[in-house]
Amino acid sequence: MSGVFSPTRAKIKERTLRTDKWWLQPAITFGVLFSFVIYATFRAFENKYYFSEPLISPFYSPCLSTSCEPGSALSFFGQPFNNKYFGIGISPALFILIFPLGFRMTCYYYRKAYYRAFWLSPPACAVAEPHTKYTGETRAPLILQNSHRWFFYAGLIFNVILTWDAILAFRNPEKEWGHMSVGTLVFLFSTTMLWLYSLSCHTCRHTLGGRLKHFSKHPVRYKAWTIVSVLNHKHPTFAWISLFGVAGADIYVRAVASGAISNFYFF
Amino acid sequence: MARKLNLRIWRGDSTNGALQDVQVDVNEGEVVLDVIHRVQATQMGDLAVRWNCKAGKCGSCSMEINGKPRLACMTQVASYGEDETITVTPLRAFPVIKDLVTDVSFNYKKAMEIPAYAHPADVAPGDARMEQIDVERSQEFRKCIECFLCQDTCHVIRDHEENKKSFAGPRFFIRIAELDMHPLDTLKNRKRTAQEEHGLGMCNITKCCTEVCPEHIRITDNAIIPMKERVVDIKYDPARWLGSKIRKRDGIV
Amino acid sequence: MTQLERHSYDVLVIGAGGAGLRAAVEAREAGLRVAIICKSLFGKAHTVMAEGGAAASMGNVNENDNWMVHFRDTMRGGKFLNHYRMAELHAKEAPDRIWELEVWGALFDRTKEGKISQRNFGGHEYPRLAHVGDRTGLELIRTMQQRIVALQQQDGRDHGDMESHIKVFAELTITEILKEAGKVSGAYGYWRETGAEVLFEAPAVIIATGGVGKTFKITSNSWEGTGDGHALALKAGANLVDMEFLQFHPTGMVWPPSVRGILVTESVRGEGGILTNAAGERFMFKYIPDVFKKMYADNEAEADRWYLDQDNNRRPPELLPRDEVARAINTEVKAGRGTEHGGVFLDVSKRLPAEVIKKRLPSMWHQFYELAGVDITKEPMEVGPTCHYVMGGVEVEPDNAAAVGVPGLFAAGEVAGGMHGSNRLGGNSLTDLLVFGRRAGMGAAEYLKHNGKNPVSDAAIKAAEARIAAPFDRQGGENSYSLHAELQEITHNLVGIIRTQSELEDAITKIADIRKRSANVAVSGGRKFNPGFHLAFDLDNMLLVAESAAKSAFLRKESRGGHTRDDFPGMDNKWRQVNHISSFDGQQVQVCEQALPVLPKELFDLFDVHELEKYMTPEEIAKGGSN
Repeated sequence: MSGVFSPTRAKIKERTLRTDKWWLQPAITFGVLFSFVIYATFRAFENKYYFSEPLISPFYSPCLSTSCEPGSALSFFGQPFNNKYFGIGISPALFILIFPLGFRMTCYYYRKAYYRAFWLSPPACAVAEPHTKYTGETRAPLILQNSHRWFFYAGLIFNVILTWDAILAFRNPEKEWGHMSVGTLVFLFSTTMLWLYSLSCHTCRHTLGGRLKHFSKHPVRYKAWTIVSVLNHKHPTFAWISLFGVAGADIYVRAVASGAISNFYFF
Repeated sequence: MARKLNLRIWRGDSTNGALQDVQVDVNEGEVVLDVIHRVQATQMGDLAVRWNCKAGKCGSCSMEINGKPRLACMTQVASYGEDETITVTPLRAFPVIKDLVTDVSFNYKKAMEIPAYAHPADVAPGDARMEQIDVERSQEFRKCIECFLCQDTCHVIRDHEENKKSFAGPRFFIRIAELDMHPLDTLKNRKRTAQEEHGLGMCNITKCCTEVCPEHIRITDNAIIPMKERVVDIKYDPARWLGSKIRKRDGIV
Repeated sequence: MTQLERHSYDVLVIGAGGAGLRAAVEAREAGLRVAIICKSLFGKAHTVMAEGGAAASMGNVNENDNWMVHFRDTMRGGKFLNHYRMAELHAKEAPDRIWELEVWGALFDRTKEGKISQRNFGGHEYPRLAHVGDRTGLELIRTMQQRIVALQQQDGRDHGDMESHIKVFAELTITEILKEAGKVSGAYGYWRETGAEVLFEAPAVIIATGGVGKTFKITSNSWEGTGDGHALALKAGANLVDMEFLQFHPTGMVWPPSVRGILVTESVRGEGGILTNAAGERFMFKYIPDVFKKMYADNEAEADRWYLDQDNNRRPPELLPRDEVARAINTEVKAGRGTEHGGVFLDVSKRLPAEVIKKRLPSMWHQFYELAGVDITKEPMEVGPTCHYVMGGVEVEPDNAAAVGVPGLFAAGEVAGGMHGSNRLGGNSLTDLLVFGRRAGMGAAEYLKHNGKNPVSDAAIKAAEARIAAPFDRQGGENSYSLHAELQEITHNLVGIIRTQSELEDAITKIADIRKRSANVAVSGGRKFNPGFHLAFDLDNMLLVAESAAKSAFLRKESRGGHTRDDFPGMDNKWRQVNHISSFDGQQVQVCEQALPVLPKELFDLFDVHELEKYMTPEEIAKGGSN
């Protein structure tokens, strides 16, 4: 017997005496994250309906494979990957998704969310967890969580690319500038949220100023740090909204590309 | 206006114990500690409970109320439903002594393991100069009233007794952060020892410590995560490591 | 019968607040082995409650400040009843004590130049209080605690045992100070956790137990403030000085019980809070003394206008000096016009919109909302005088904090008397702890140079054992909780903020009666963490404190600082020359007069002679100091 049932602790047989709905939050987190993972996996492998001029799904951008739909790849990056390796067809999404996925997987907020909801470690505060052993993030694979900052840097590059995608969304299907559609709004919202999510990140806060010992010697970085600190309070909110934003953008592109709806242009 | 409250109190010691039901008068505005005192004065003269200031400033009356780690002096009876039974138990992460009193000596042992503040040898008393913006981060952590609710709720030790030897707990992570961010502290290896000796890596940042802190110290966001990032700087970031070898930079030591 | 737990140390420090810890640090740095006794957990001492700051004339904000100005302020605050030497040492050494905290890791708020910031406070001529927001006491106690740990770590490196030179004994109550051959030999007590008894052999004992508030019904003190050190010292043969001086705050919460005693700052009245009795009458208009008639409004209309136009209207009477407000509240309550809980209403909710209250009085609003569910923006507060601090205490030698009359005994902090005279200035207590805590540690070290171990005799141990066992052996005796409540009722009503001859007489008789009955207190349950048992001992201490306070107050026929006599409302310069010395003969407290040490010329000359004329007799003025 370990944990709260250890011999020295007060003899109470319940795992928790909490009377509130402590299971609700992890259950919702589990449900939403799990749905996202299923949907994202499906979409990553689907390998179609990800492009409809000028909109490209964030799951597929930048499109780097030779199999990319015509017009979907950016000339800046070219198309360095083949559509097939070892005889297996590979969706273009698979070359890039590791980066945004890794950023979210190692994010300090998501870690909390999935450790609680998926690992039940712990399921909620002061609710005994089911595991008999626990070593935290001290050994492989969880020690890799320390790579968060690399994914953060990668995430910034992706934000730039997706911002470019949003800018391109001011074009019409004929690649003429000065137009705006529902897709433009969807992309603008999604990228804005991605930027807020990245900039409010703990690693960003650390890099900009948190690592300093003397703020007073670095007034600009201190200012940046105070701004990011304010955003950082809302990091969980941005984490969720940006997730929905990206999924929403993808769903919208899929709906347009598959012909289910047409992208309505305001002008 | 007094009403009757159904209170369920854990009574016992390290060998045995059980929840006992009592009915007790409660007045408007009273906190759980008031009610416990009334039980003590009228029904259970030998009910053990630890408390001091009764104003949320000393952090003595830590216990678990309806399963949540809380200060009894800061918990309004009115925050529970009129018909709700309120259950109070001792902290469940520490050995129980008697009734609501637990042996929190673990925390004092850990306190002794954190290397003390090291003042620069060349700064005489009275000559220290620190900017307000440089002390504010550490000041937040010095608000800690050592109620040890964060230690109690932390699953690393609450659910794994065997981790106690290698894990200092949130209270002492904020102490380490406080010292590491102290503008004048000269001890160089706090980041490394935080990870290698005090178990910072055990924390999986599930934030229960922040949730229970009665002083609203942002333990996870402002102390633990920044410390984890500082550990990455010296241990897991080759670029930073190299940078620090090439030129000594502010903050990386 | 199990073996008695015994410990042997050079110095035993009873009390782990600011003074006790500072004393322990000093003794340890002198190379001594020190035991620190805390009644509760380490770091929970009442010192944490201090909010305002620690007064020290560092001159960081106003460079005109220096020890002489601070000394003058302290003497004025104490109405010149202070022991001049204590006030002098305090004023001179306070800055060093603050700076040293910084070397140990304290983080005070800063000025623009990066120095320790200092704030204004009542009675201090210049901004003088080093502070950390409103939690300065916590900073002080934590810094001292961490200094102890730092020294323990040093000992760990040097001696292989962190506790070789300083050991903290938490949750242990001392019941007796032991003496052999007229000198201190140690102390006896019990672990609160197990009830098991402990003997400490130590030739030097430093008492740093803090205050006595729990003797009173309404107090801002925590349960620990039961006057243990005062009583231990009395019983060991030491004296208490000027126990009639207690600092009451006129507006402490009296209801709900969850916040009883907590101070309601004067700014609540300053922001427009009005005082009314149970009948709804704004009674303060009836209590404006003649000397204040010119400055204070005698009707509601004018009083209300003052908040908008302070130049053309007189101030509302709610803003009269503290003692006048206290006297008024006291009179209303005693005349039966108080609330059912013995207070009056203080209402700011009808005067200001909720947002304004929250903005101007944020900590007040938070405190009452969080601790008691009282929303001061919606409902009136029930307030009355609350006991806050005791100026009186163990009579000590200022330079080494040695208790007069008991070799080997020292006292520092609130438990020691003399420093604050008849009234303490805010902010002076935190530096008092540090200055005299250090001096007590030095005093003990010096004493031990000439005095070795003083073994405790078996007879003394047996006697101490018997006293602890007694309440368990009695059957069906008195209940300590109800006796305590009775005592608090008496002190609150009769020895409270406003006193009269007849009531004090009455109090003395009643306290004696409770004392008699307390000899028959019985305790139910076992010894293990039994609060009923703990209270039985605390009660005995509080009874001695109450008796000493009542008897000293009875004798002092004037009003001064923390002692207000309705029948002798004025300050009398003859009484300024008198200290009241309490001693204990084993049966009851005896109080006698003793001449106050005369101000030496160099300190006398720090004052304007016209100011001194207000406090001193013409003969004293003519003499112009002692040398």
